[in-house]
Amino acid sequence: MVSLSPALPAVPTVVARSPGYWSGVFTRLSRDKLAMAALAILVLIVLMAILAPYLAPADPAKATMLRRLKPIGTPGYPLGGDELGRDMLSRLIYGSRLSLIMGVTPVPVAFVIGTILGVTAGYAGGFLNTVIMRTADVFFAFPSVLLAVALSGALGAGLLNAMVALTIVFIPPVTRIAEAVTTQVRSLDYVEAARTSGAGAAKIIRIHVLPNVLGPVFVYATSLISVSMILAAGLSFLGLGVRPPEAEWGLMLNTLRTAIYTQPMVAALPGIMIFITSISFNTLSDGLRSAMDVKA
Amino acid sequence: MLSYVLKRMLLILPVALGVSVVCFLLVHLSPGDPLTAILPTDASAETQAEMRKLYGFDQPLPVQFVLWLGRVLTGDLGTSIATGRPVAFEVGRAVVNSVILAAAATLIGFFFGSLFGFVAGYFRNSWIDKLASFLAVIGVSVPHYWLGMVLVIIFSVQLNLLPATGGGPNGSSDARSLDWDYLRFLILPAVTMSVIPMGIIARTLRALVAEILSQEFVQGLTAKGLLDRGVFAHVVKNAAPTAFAVMGLQLGYLLGGSILIETVFAWPGTGFLLNTAIFQRDLPLLQGTILVLAMFFVVLNLVVDVAQAAVDPRVKRS
Amino acid sequence: MTGPLSPASTRNAESVWPPEVWRAPKKTVLDPRDRGGPAQPLLSVTGLVKHFKVGGSPFGEGTVVRAVDGVDFDLIKGETLGIVGESGCGKSTTARLLMQLMPPDAGRLVFDGEELGGALSLTEYRRQVQMVFQDSYASLNPRLTIEDSIAFGPQVHGLPARQAIARAHDLLDRVGLEPARFAGRFPHELSGGQRQRINIARALAMNPRLVILDEAVSALDKSVEAQVLNLLMDLKQEFNLTYIFISHDLNVVRFMVDRVLVMYLGKVAELGGRDAVFNQPAHPYTAALLASMPSMDPDHRVERPPLTGDPPNPINPPPGCRFHPRCAVAEAVCSVKEPEMAATGTDRAGARHAAACLMRAAGSGHSRAPAVAVPA
Repeated sequence: MVSLSPALPAVPTVVARSPGYWSGVFTRLSRDKLAMAALAILVLIVLMAILAPYLAPADPAKATMLRRLKPIGTPGYPLGGDELGRDMLSRLIYGSRLSLIMGVTPVPVAFVIGTILGVTAGYAGGFLNTVIMRTADVFFAFPSVLLAVALSGALGAGLLNAMVALTIVFIPPVTRIAEAVTTQVRSLDYVEAARTSGAGAAKIIRIHVLPNVLGPVFVYATSLISVSMILAAGLSFLGLGVRPPEAEWGLMLNTLRTAIYTQPMVAALPGIMIFITSISFNTLSDGLRSAMDVKA
Repeated sequence: MLSYVLKRMLLILPVALGVSVVCFLLVHLSPGDPLTAILPTDASAETQAEMRKLYGFDQPLPVQFVLWLGRVLTGDLGTSIATGRPVAFEVGRAVVNSVILAAAATLIGFFFGSLFGFVAGYFRNSWIDKLASFLAVIGVSVPHYWLGMVLVIIFSVQLNLLPATGGGPNGSSDARSLDWDYLRFLILPAVTMSVIPMGIIARTLRALVAEILSQEFVQGLTAKGLLDRGVFAHVVKNAAPTAFAVMGLQLGYLLGGSILIETVFAWPGTGFLLNTAIFQRDLPLLQGTILVLAMFFVVLNLVVDVAQAAVDPRVKRS
Repeated sequence: MTGPLSPASTRNAESVWPPEVWRAPKKTVLDPRDRGGPAQPLLSVTGLVKHFKVGGSPFGEGTVVRAVDGVDFDLIKGETLGIVGESGCGKSTTARLLMQLMPPDAGRLVFDGEELGGALSLTEYRRQVQMVFQDSYASLNPRLTIEDSIAFGPQVHGLPARQAIARAHDLLDRVGLEPARFAGRFPHELSGGQRQRINIARALAMNPRLVILDEAVSALDKSVEAQVLNLLMDLKQEFNLTYIFISHDLNVVRFMVDRVLVMYLGKVAELGGRDAVFNQPAHPYTAALLASMPSMDPDHRVERPPLTGDPPNPINPPPGCRFHPRCAVAEAVCSVKEPEMAATGTDRAGARHAAACLMRAAGSGHSRAPAVAVPA
C-alpha cells in the first residue's frame, strides 16, 4: 500500500547502492578465463616493450656479417640471427615497441574522432547527418586494406604517414556505429524525458546519450585493434611503414623473406609475435563484448 | 523490383562520385608537384610546360577534377610511368588475375567457413562448436601474409610440392588454362587468402544458425520430434541469403585487400601492380588501379543488395 | 488519504469500476502560480496539426500521414481529461505535441492565459508541464541510478545536487518507494510498477501543474495498474495537479477522468463530461467504441463486433466525415460534408458536451439532425 506521509524534511538518507554498470562488466570479465589469459599476454607484451633495454641481451642494431642467418639455439643467439647477423631475440623485443605504437595508436584516435562525428551526426540529424554519413559512405566504399595502402602509398612511406592512413581507415566504421547507436538512443523515451526537463543538447548528450553510446562503440573499437595490428605490420611488410634498420615485426618479416630457404623458423618468428598480439586483442575484445551484453 | 534496382543505382552515384574525388585527390595528397608524378624526372622545361597545360595543372583544382573525370569516363586512366603503357591496359590485365585469385579464395573460404559455422551453430556449446569458434578467431587474427610465408615454407621449401611464387609456368600469366600446370600456382595463394572469409563466414553462420534454431516454432518442431530433415531445410533456407551476401562482400574485400598476399606470392594481379606503382612512384598507375578496385567494390555492393532484395522481399522495405 | 477504493479491499481490479462511482466535485485550491483564476483554462489548444512525411526523397513525393489534423480543446484547472481512441488515432502524437517534443505544423498553446512562444517561454512551460511515458523501462536512463534520474530535472533548473537528491528521496517516499532501498538502484533491478512510480516521481520533481500521462499504466499488470492509478489520484490531490490521461482502455479512463475527449483519425470526435459520454455517447464512433468494451457482466456480452474493419489509414483519410465508411447510420451527406463540433448539451457538472457528427448539427442534411441547434 502506498504510504503518503506529509512532506518530510530533506534528511540525508543512507542509501543502499547497487554496483554500477562498469563494475559489473569488469566482474564478469574477470571471470572469463580466456579473456584474462589474453589480458595477461598483452600485459607481458607491453612490459616487454617498456623494459626492452633491460630485457634484450644484445644491441638490436648491431650487425655482424659473419653471424648471418644463424639457426635458433645458436650460443649467444637464443633465437638465431637475422639476414644481417643481428640478434633476433633482441630485435623481437625491441620490435614490440614500434609494432604496438603503430598498431594500437590509430584505434583510440579513430575512436575519439569517430565517436564525436557519429554522435554529432546521430543527435543533430538532418543536414549535418547527411554530410557526415555520406562522407563516411565514400570511405566505406574502399576495402580497408586498399584504403590503407592507397593513403600511405600517396602520403609516402613512414611511421607517421602509415599511422595517419590507418586512422583515416578506422574513422568511418567507428562513425557509422556511433551514429547508429546514437540515433537509436536519441529516440528512447528517457532522452525525450530529459528534453522535457528543459536540458540543453550538450547536457543531454553528456548525461543521457554518451554513457549509453560509448559501451557498444568501445567494444567495436577494441575489436579493431587486432585488425589494426595486422594492417600496421602489413604496411611495414610492404615497405610503407617503418623504415629499415628499425626493428618492427612487419618490417622484419619482409627483410627475412629471402631467408625462408635457409632459416625458415627464424624467418617466421616476427609473424608469430604479430599473431599472438592480434589474437590476444581479439580474445580480450570478445570477452569484453560478452561481458557487456548481459543487460542493455 | 525494377524500381528498387533503379533507386539503388541512383543512390550509388553520389558514392561513386565521392570515390572518384578521393582517388583524384590521392595524387594531390602526395608531396610535391603532381607533375613530377607524371613525367620522368629528366623531362625538359618545355615538356613540363606542355604537360602542365595538357593535364590542366595550371587550372584550379575543381576544373582539374572535371577534366580528369571526363578522361576517366572515356576510359583514359593516363599512362603508366613505369611501363609507358596505358594504365587501363595494365589494370585490365592484372584485374583478371586478381579476380581469379579472389574468387578461388572466396569459394574455398565459403565452403569451409559455412561448414564450420553451420556445425558450430547446430551443436552449440559442444566441443565442435568451441573448436570451430577457435578456428574462426584464428582466421580473423592471423596475419595472412605471414601465413602465406609459413605455407610456402611447408609446401614449397620443405615438401617441394607446390611453387612458391608466380602466376604460371615460365613466369607467364597471360596464357591461362585450367590445367594443373597453372592451377598449382593458384593453390597456395588462394588457400592463404581463404582464411579471412572463412573466419568471418563461420562467425556469421554460427550466430545465424543458432538464432534460427532458437526461434519458437523451430523449438516447437523439435519438441514434437520433427527434428532433423525439416529443421535442417528450414535453417539452410533461412541462412543462405545472408551467407551469400557475406560471401559477395568478402569477394570485394579480398579483391581490394589482395596486395599483401599478391606481394608474398608475386601473383601478377592488381595488388602486385599497386606495389610496383608505389615503389616506382607511378602515381597514374596507383590512382587508376585504386579507382578500378574501389568502383568494382561499389558495384559489387550494389549487386549483393539487389540480389538480396530479390531473394528476401523484407530487405526492400527497410 | 486513500483513493475512492483502496486496492487492498478489491482483489479483482475489474470490480473497481462500477459505473455509478460518484466523486464529490473537487474543492479548487488556488495554486500560488495561478494567474487566470479557476475559470481560466489551464491549457487552451487551438488548431493543433501535425503531418508526417513518409518515404519519398528530399524532392517531394512520398506520402503524408495526417497524425493530428486540427485538434482544439480547453483543459480545465484541476480536472483529469481523458483522451481515448483506437491505436493510430493520434493520441500519442497529441501528447508529444503538447509536450513540445516535436514542433507542430500549426496550432496555438495557451497555458493559463499566456501563449507559448509569446509571453511564456518553452523553458518556463516545461517547468509546469511534465509527462509520464508508457514504456517504464525505455523512459529511464539505464546508466543512471534512480535518484540521479529523478534529480536530473531539478538540477537542470539550478537546484544544487545535494538538494536535488534530497528532493528525489522525498518524492520516492511519496510514490511509495523507500528511498534507502531504491534510490541507489538501477532501473533494470526494479519491476514495471516500481519503474512507473519512479517515472511519476521524476515528472513531479519539476513541480509541474499539468502532467500528461501517455498510456502510463497500459503496460502494467492489472493489480499493479490499480495501485498506480490510486497513487495518481492521491498525488493529484496532494500536489494540486491537472492530468491529461491518455489511454486506449476505456475501463481505466472511466475510473480516472472527469471529462473525455474521443479522437478519430487525428480529429476530435466527441468531447464531454465522463458520465455524459459514457452513458449518452453523441457520436456513433463513441457508441461503437463503448459497445466494444469488454464487460464483466454476462448479460451485457458483446454479441457482434460493433466496429468492423481496421481504422482507415491516416495517410488517406476518407472525404467528409472520416468515420462514415464504418458508420452504421451514415448517409450520403456524410461522405461529402465534414462535420464541425456541435453542442449536444451539458452534463450535471456543467460540462459542455459536443460531437463532430452531422446527426448533431442542425440543418446538416442528415435525416437525424435536429431542427434547431442545441445551445452550447
